[in-house]
Amino acid sequence: MSDKIFGIHAQALTLRAQRTGVLAANLANADTPNYKARDVDFQAVLGAEAASRDVSLQRTNAAHLGSGGIGGFDDVTLKYRIPSQPSLDGNTVDEQAEKSEFASNAVRYMASLSFMEKRVSGLIRALREE
Amino acid sequence: MSLFNVFNIAGSGMSAQSVRLNLTASNLANAESVATRPEDAYRARNPVFQSVLDDASAASVRTAGVVESGADTEARYAPGHPMADEDGYIFASNVNPMEEMANMISASRSFQQNVEVMNTSKELLLRTLRLGE
Repeated sequence: MSDKIFGIHAQALTLRAQRTGVLAANLANADTPNYKARDVDFQAVLGAEAASRDVSLQRTNAAHLGSGGIGGFDDVTLKYRIPSQPSLDGNTVDEQAEKSEFASNAVRYMASLSFMEKRVSGLIRALREE
Repeated sequence: MSLFNVFNIAGSGMSAQSVRLNLTASNLANAESVATRPEDAYRARNPVFQSVLDDASAASVRTAGVVESGADTEARYAPGHPMADEDGYIFASNVNPMEEMANMISASRSFQQNVEVMNTSKELLLRTLRLGE
């Protein structure tokens, strides 16, 4: 149901939240020796999700839950960032890059969210009797 | 993993950086401490950070330990000093104030960064809670 209302944005929001955590971890470990910065390959994960949306589990009862839209993405594989300036202590966090990624991620999260907000308010307006 | 996890991660970063700030303060405060024997002299302390894997995707940070600097302590000839040994030497700490100042700035910047991460996540969460209003 929520799939039909929100489209891919419900999934995108979950993935954005997960990515926020990964980027926050990179920033928190900016001074940890040998920590390797990681990130979610957003396009790959969400692209795979979008492709799999055409294929859904067969439901023998209307009350059965669908396969998508529950919980997070369990199989998100994180990739290591290629350091632009390797440091002696083995840390590959580039604080500026992480910060800009974090900001852009937050804005995109907001974008998905405002799409969902508009969708909800549109539906509520359609349901309301005038 | 939800956005709530970000609070743990950023919080761990903040506490790690505050340990670092604490040690820097202690080093700077003891920069002029002297001792009678070289092994009693104050040695600069520094934290060792370590990442802790919370789940498959995110790692918080913790202070694994505190190490003392191995740099030589400075012997000063001060026969009139009450702490001087029989040869007239006192042993000052091996704290390098310049290094400590740079350390302090770096720690406070990192701390601020974690605060910003936490604030942004909080805004995102609050906005999500208001979805549909």
